[in-house]
Amino acid sequence: MTDASREQSMRRPIRRVSTLLLIMFVGLFGSSTMIQAVQADALQADPRNTRTLYDSFAVERGSIVVDGVQVALSTPSNDEFEWQREYPMGPLYAHVTGYNSLGQGSRGIEDAMNEELTGTANSQFFDQVLATLTGESPAGSSVELTIDAQAQQAAADALGDRVGAVVALDPDTGDVLAMYSSPTYDPNPFASHSTAAVTEVYDRLLADPQDPLHNRTIEGDQFTPGSVFKVLMLSAALESGQFTLDSEFENPAELQLPQSTHVVRNASRETCGPGETVTLETAFILSCNIPFAQLAQQLGADAIAQQAAAFGYGQTLDIPLRVQASSYPSDLNEPNLMLTGFGQHDVRVTPMQIAMTTAAIANDGTMMQPNMVDRVLAPNLDVISEPEPTILGNPVSAEVAAQVRASMELGVQEGLATNAQIDGVTVGGKTGTAERGEGRSFNLWFTGYGELDDQSVAVAVVVVPDENIVGDTSNVIAAPIGRAVIEAVLNS
Amino acid sequence: MTHQAAPRDQAAPSNALQTGIVQLRDVTEAIKVRIRNPAKLRNLELFLLIVAWVIAGSAMVLVQLGALQTVDLFPLQLAAGLGVLTLALHVALRVVAREADAIILPVATALNGLGIAMIYRIDIADGVTGWDAASMRQIAWTGVALIIAIVAIIVVRNHRVLARFRYLAMAIAFLLLILPLMPGIGRTINGATVWIGIGPFSFQPGELAKIALAIFFAGYLMTARDSLSVVGRKVLGVRFPRLRDLGPILVVWAMCMLVLVFQRDLGTSVLYFGLFLVMIYVATGRRSWMVIGVGLVALGGVAAYLSLGYVQRRIDAWIHAFDQSVYEAQGGSFQIVQGVFGMGQGGLLGTGLGLGRPDITPYANSDYIIPSLGEELGLAGIFAILGLYLILVSRGIRIGFQGPDDFTKLLGVGLAFVIGLQVFIVVGGVTRLIPLTGLTTPFLAAGGSSLLANWLIVALLLRLSDSVRGRGIV
Repeated sequence: MTDASREQSMRRPIRRVSTLLLIMFVGLFGSSTMIQAVQADALQADPRNTRTLYDSFAVERGSIVVDGVQVALSTPSNDEFEWQREYPMGPLYAHVTGYNSLGQGSRGIEDAMNEELTGTANSQFFDQVLATLTGESPAGSSVELTIDAQAQQAAADALGDRVGAVVALDPDTGDVLAMYSSPTYDPNPFASHSTAAVTEVYDRLLADPQDPLHNRTIEGDQFTPGSVFKVLMLSAALESGQFTLDSEFENPAELQLPQSTHVVRNASRETCGPGETVTLETAFILSCNIPFAQLAQQLGADAIAQQAAAFGYGQTLDIPLRVQASSYPSDLNEPNLMLTGFGQHDVRVTPMQIAMTTAAIANDGTMMQPNMVDRVLAPNLDVISEPEPTILGNPVSAEVAAQVRASMELGVQEGLATNAQIDGVTVGGKTGTAERGEGRSFNLWFTGYGELDDQSVAVAVVVVPDENIVGDTSNVIAAPIGRAVIEAVLNS
Repeated sequence: MTHQAAPRDQAAPSNALQTGIVQLRDVTEAIKVRIRNPAKLRNLELFLLIVAWVIAGSAMVLVQLGALQTVDLFPLQLAAGLGVLTLALHVALRVVAREADAIILPVATALNGLGIAMIYRIDIADGVTGWDAASMRQIAWTGVALIIAIVAIIVVRNHRVLARFRYLAMAIAFLLLILPLMPGIGRTINGATVWIGIGPFSFQPGELAKIALAIFFAGYLMTARDSLSVVGRKVLGVRFPRLRDLGPILVVWAMCMLVLVFQRDLGTSVLYFGLFLVMIYVATGRRSWMVIGVGLVALGGVAAYLSLGYVQRRIDAWIHAFDQSVYEAQGGSFQIVQGVFGMGQGGLLGTGLGLGRPDITPYANSDYIIPSLGEELGLAGIFAILGLYLILVSRGIRIGFQGPDDFTKLLGVGLAFVIGLQVFIVVGGVTRLIPLTGLTTPFLAAGGSSLLANWLIVALLLRLSDSVRGRGIV
């Protein structure tokens, strides 16, 4: 072979080898394109992708603010998460702020307002574009709450170590002024950057028989309302047009329910006042069960269910925390229907629902959508959103509301809710002591409202004592808590 | 007369017309020489080198800025180190290899610099500084590698002498390969016995072995190509070589299988065999060698899959990477999946240098440096890096086309292919194109042996390209 032909002879295989190399590189271009362009979104959504999780932590999460004080804030940390979430008020606002944890999900405002707090809400779209262009990492908005710091503190102080819940609403706007559930927990450990530490505290709280993670004001097993349900019953009676405050009911000391051996008694174990008959108003003020069992029988399940629905039973709400629907039972037989007349049997409510009912009465029959968010502020302090008060409905007429208010005010002045009295303040209220069955302690309730000048507040309080102690009535335990919260709101 | 058709290398002119043709040819040569003006070549190299320094330096500074929001002298010191070292090689070329390829050095510099930037980025994430920082060790190794490369290019003035030492090269390759199996100095890291350790230093001799092997193959094939080209029987339309010529390929195959079984290193095994296969094909032009080679790979592959547990796990982790059981298994797909997550997070443009989380993936600065770069530089960055490799490989292939003799051609193609194949095996592994095997990413990955070997390849390619005198244009 000559040199030239030798040279030629090697060229062809080399050309083939370079084609092979080119094909190999095309394969690499293709495989990296598949991952980084085609599958990128799906990969980011994979639950095992810790980078996505870290990224959600890496933004400067906005603060949660109550009355100008940060109850949740992010401070710089020197680890891969860049920011450390802190809850300076600890347990006081735990059920309000909730937490945003590594591996155990999120709760409360941290969960419900996550997009705003991380700056990823649609309303912040242009900020995001701008941040991308300028290369800044987008910061989240801060969320200012409607909570009244003094009312929240008063609720916590008044409830103390007892198991229970307190809700306060502004009847005119639906603003949530206090939301406290006991027992509570410290949200700070949930902000730990160690998944093991988060899991440890979560498991411990989950195993606690008193279930501190559960916000009793809006979710969970719910409560039997007992006599506070009579506010709704009185409204239904007056709204039906068949009854007035003076309508009379038979007044025995015991009432055996039809088709049943069950005997209903008044809380006093006596008749409801001295007469052969008792008026609806007196029965309400003295919170007698027998007349209300008769009232339920006469109104019928449909009318009561309709009134309950008008007050919001059966409806979940996002305020923006999710409020579970309270329920009035369906398919009732006659004895059970009569039991629901004083809030027993299968009536289940959240304290929020009871507060909403009272607030509607206090607001001339107009029920406002409860709302916890006052304003959302961008990092540059632009107001991103400011929810307007919204009307949920008009469950009762203004006249009926006025009559129910008059009865509730009498109840505080001379009835079973006297411990809610505040000098110089118009207070209306209703107590309730709900039986939860054999061997279980009562639910001690108070719901009411206070009005001073043009400010008003509606509250619902429920306490679940460890065991029933004679004399520990709802007027002794629950009403003073309600009074404390009403006072706190009206003073501030 | 048909003077124009006269062969180029015809004897001296015998008449006026022929003289005229010769003069015409001289003019053409002169033009070519002007185009290949050595000074211009080296100036072009210097210009591209400066571009490479700027790319590498900016990457190092941006890493610090992104990850720490500060700028101090450290990344600039890293960049200056790289600059001084590569400038030294450039100056050496001006003296001893004036016509060497002008593009290879800048491309290798850019890759080496990007690697140091990413290694430094992982150092920041790991919170290590000083000699604990892999980036410090990497720049030191770059220094060692470049000094050895400079020495090589100065000492080896005529690479053709290397052909004479082909059997010595073979012996060296064999020695380097079995070193990790020697008791006392061999080390097993992550299941593969490919390391030797002396004191605090560990070294992968297999990286250097690939150069020795390329020299041996080129030298051997240069002499044996004629006999290997002789064909024997024709089977199914393909002319196969004579049985007695099968010896060498079987020896190499056996050697690769030994690496596979005893060192448990799939990647190196495939790399060596692929290198030999391509070189024997280029030397003989016989496709039958490829058919035999692929057949032997298939045979070895099936046998390895059936008998070697770690090969099975690799295949499993490749195909079923996202299965939870494979993901959680010891030696499963956790690393692959995390690397893919990182690249996915990077998307088209990346998170920005210093702003991603590449350190989540194990070995983010060595085996997984490509996903780390993909996370922070995005698909755009990966394309640019693959493009740099493609340029580097094509410069080596070009020597194969234009080399003045068989040895140069074979060695040029062999060295270029070994870089290309190694990139394919590594990047293909982390992007799930092929099963993952442990090989280093040339120039990028943290590790001294790999840097040393690849800079030596660069030195050889530069030396080879210098011999491509007046035989083409830039």
